[in-house]
Amino acid sequence: MIAEAGLAALWFAAALSLLQMGLGWAAVRPGNDNLLRLVRPLAVAQGLLAGISFLALIWLFLETDLSVKLVVANSHSDKPWLYKFAGAWGNHEGSMLLWVTVLAVAGGAVALLERKLRKDTLIGTLAAQATISLGFYAFLLFASNPFERSPVIPIDGQGLNPLLQDPGLAFHPPTLYFGYVGISVAFSFAVGALVTRDVGRDFAQAMRPWVLGAWIFLTLGITAGSYWAYYELGWGGWWFWDPVENASLMPWLAATALLHSVTVLATRDALRAWTVMLAVVAFSMSMIGTFLVRSGILTSVHAFAVDPQRGSFILMLLCLYIGGALALFALRVSTVREGAPFRVVSREGSLVLNNLLLTIILCLVMLGTLYPLLTEAFGTKISVGPPWFNTVSAPFALLLVIFMGMGPLLKWRKDDGNKLLKRVAVPLLLGAATALLIVIVAPDVHLLPMLGLAVAVPVALMSLMPLVGRNLRRTPLIIWGMVAAHFGIAMSLAGMASESAFSKEVLVSARPGQVSEIGPFTVRFDGAEPVAGQNWTAIAGRMTVRRGEGEEFVMLPEARMFSDPVTATSEAAIETHWDGQLYTVIGEPDGQGAWQLRLWWKPAVTLIWFGGSLVAIGGLLALLGRVMRRRSARKSVTDEAEGVPGREALA
Amino acid sequence: MTRAKAKTQRLVLLSLAVGAVLVAVFLGMSAMSSQASLFYAPGDVQKMGLPLDRAVRIGGMVKTGSLERLPDGVTIKFIVHDETTSTIPVRFTGIVPNLFREGSGMVAEGRFEPDGTFVATEILAKHDENYMTPQLAGQNMHKSESLE
Amino acid sequence: MKLLIIASILLVVVLVGGFAALRRLYPDSKAVAWLAESKTRPILFVPLALFLLIGGFAAYKLSNPGDTFIRSRLIGKELPAFTLPEALPNRLPVRRADFGRGEPRMINIFASWCVPCIAEAPQLMELARRGIPIDAVAIRDRPEDIARFLGQWGDPYRNIGADRDASLQLAIGSSGVPETYIVDGGGIIRYQHIGAINPSDMTRLTEEFEKARR
Repeated sequence: MIAEAGLAALWFAAALSLLQMGLGWAAVRPGNDNLLRLVRPLAVAQGLLAGISFLALIWLFLETDLSVKLVVANSHSDKPWLYKFAGAWGNHEGSMLLWVTVLAVAGGAVALLERKLRKDTLIGTLAAQATISLGFYAFLLFASNPFERSPVIPIDGQGLNPLLQDPGLAFHPPTLYFGYVGISVAFSFAVGALVTRDVGRDFAQAMRPWVLGAWIFLTLGITAGSYWAYYELGWGGWWFWDPVENASLMPWLAATALLHSVTVLATRDALRAWTVMLAVVAFSMSMIGTFLVRSGILTSVHAFAVDPQRGSFILMLLCLYIGGALALFALRVSTVREGAPFRVVSREGSLVLNNLLLTIILCLVMLGTLYPLLTEAFGTKISVGPPWFNTVSAPFALLLVIFMGMGPLLKWRKDDGNKLLKRVAVPLLLGAATALLIVIVAPDVHLLPMLGLAVAVPVALMSLMPLVGRNLRRTPLIIWGMVAAHFGIAMSLAGMASESAFSKEVLVSARPGQVSEIGPFTVRFDGAEPVAGQNWTAIAGRMTVRRGEGEEFVMLPEARMFSDPVTATSEAAIETHWDGQLYTVIGEPDGQGAWQLRLWWKPAVTLIWFGGSLVAIGGLLALLGRVMRRRSARKSVTDEAEGVPGREALA
Repeated sequence: MTRAKAKTQRLVLLSLAVGAVLVAVFLGMSAMSSQASLFYAPGDVQKMGLPLDRAVRIGGMVKTGSLERLPDGVTIKFIVHDETTSTIPVRFTGIVPNLFREGSGMVAEGRFEPDGTFVATEILAKHDENYMTPQLAGQNMHKSESLE
Repeated sequence: MKLLIIASILLVVVLVGGFAALRRLYPDSKAVAWLAESKTRPILFVPLALFLLIGGFAAYKLSNPGDTFIRSRLIGKELPAFTLPEALPNRLPVRRADFGRGEPRMINIFASWCVPCIAEAPQLMELARRGIPIDAVAIRDRPEDIARFLGQWGDPYRNIGADRDASLQLAIGSSGVPETYIVDGGGIIRYQHIGAINPSDMTRLTEEFEKARR
């Protein structure tokens, strides 16, 4: 019953999206808001129905309803309930249902909450959102139905990939999807505004909170995903430039650029066409990412159903939507009025530079991700890995971070370059001192990590400077948000640089009682012991660790065997200290009583994810600030943008 | 600022931006030849010779019975083979991924030594044991679809 | 490949040119006016062209998934003559004489070292349970490994032949492991399944087998 209800809800949602699309496109015309009263509730109802359908799937998984194919293939009654829950999106069909649900819910939220956008543009936006949804509903219903019943009812399910049986990963995909798919709202806004020729300050101010919201989720999702890969895969690395990771990084880069250009448009009415372009590109990156991951045309360590049929379905949708939006852009954007001019040394100028650098990095990541595809068409098999990505993107990233520190110190319209240099002289000197110190103290550190630290230190300082000379209590939340986000980036960079500069690694074949030294720690291997969990058994290596003369503690890295399906994973044991992490993995026995142990001491590595979280928190603060300001602006009669120049401008 | 001036500014900015992106992409392309790793299967080595000057990836099946552990306890040696008669001897120091075993497929990154031994710096794990890189699938066996 | 690039460029040119022509021909048309209320500049089509180029590559890659799927040229032809030794001491080898006796049979090309073969094992067991005779050809394998493999993942086979140098595999046009062939009652190869048999392939295989019976 539940499965049928879920499927029915999906069909209804698809029907509503068709209606919403038809009505929307029929009604959309500059200055016409006739059908908005009809389109709005349609969008909300469609969001609700998609949500119901997704809840039905979760229900089926929680119950382990073995008459449903998807449950059989991805769940098992022995599994802890959390992973039954997460199993709902730990597979192709379920995750695509989540995809389309987020799409529909985002559309519903826009219909329900958006009051600032011009009404005719809102109709266009909702029509565009429905158009996207409709395609993906069709994909689900015709090519990957999650509610399909299985002809025979097996005794139990086949289980979920053990790597996915982890609390972190249980909530990582939904977070990422909220960002990934949430950015579709920006896409629809752009399409709507292109149709009604409404690209201007009001449009940008309406779009900004939505971009910000999706961007927060995207940031959180990438940060969490990186930490998951770090502790679950047991390789000690936190970013592998895998196509699947790049697929989430590319929308983030585009969304970050969009977030900054939309600010220029909202405050200074410049960069009109560029902002619209970015809004289209950001969601296009999400769709391209989905396509690359789902069609399996790229070599990736992540496993997904490799299915050319599904791949061509998504490719078709992709060409329709991205091609359509880009064609609309090409045809209509020249009708958008030109924006306001500005000087090069100004806040606008720095934001343009930010956009340029982000775009360059985006292009490079995309080039690296798609390059194997291109060369293979010419007969050469090639794989583009971390060495290439690090070498080509790091210089631009470092440059970007430096300008990120300076940009907020500039005034809008025009500013004095010499004044800026005077203000940042102290941090810059500090950066040079850091570089010098590293070269003297640790001359064997590579160039990039050294530069990373030399940039991170001054930029962390610079990012706090917008608070200097302000009454902190009366500083708007938006400023706090920006400062937090920028500081978080510097912090994250410091973590990355420190990890690659100062990590220590030891690989030993240890007998019980053997002592190894790693960084400031002494590690005694006490032996291996069996451990059992609900659906796995494991060998745990017991290590007694002591830092200098400090207290002893025990670490238990495990090599796990899962029963359904039979799979081995290694669970690293990680001990977090204020200044870094000790990361231990147990390998194989040599058959004569010794075990392979791999130990890493990673100084300051946690800064990477603390920084990432801080960036997301900064986004959240800015979003809160915006929402609150919008409320108070609605109450007061004075126009928020015109009334207090500089206040809005500071954000 | 006059309208004409604004237009010139836009034009200059636009051409600068396009130029910068093009230069970056060009740099990226030229770095490809030195940084990206080519993919070799045992058969390719025989056909194309040993690539000594750069890091490459190799892929194939770990020959059953070939895995041996060196006395230091952390270095292993094994032989990779494929559908052809060629093989590659591989040496690796470190903990192998969980899915690595004799008779299974593997992808390794590293360099060839002049005597033809491949010194792996990293053996790539796969998230799913049914998964195989399309390259491996194309060269050694058929693409295996995930069981999900 | 070059064709694809040329086609993409042509497509863009045709789109732009066609649009310009439309505006010349129907200057009064409302739809055309709606599309372009002022002049469009070619540079604005650059993103679209780039995207189409990438899409073209992706489509190309999707339609040619490497050289993985090479159909045997022997489909519809008679199964060639061969002799294989037995793969296991206690089992008969695959014999050419078993084929073409009025009953269709399946030939499964497998190896104990092949991971997808493990994936398709349950499906083969199911086919055998339905009474379909399946003969196995073990490619470059050793008896003890084969025995271990069958012990662990199930043994759906009638006869098993050892193809140590992959000669039969090449002779019947198989390019990899695993593959499954259906040979009809007249000894003609009717169907070739490339890659592991997934649960979703079961219907197709059973249908093809029933077709071979007729």
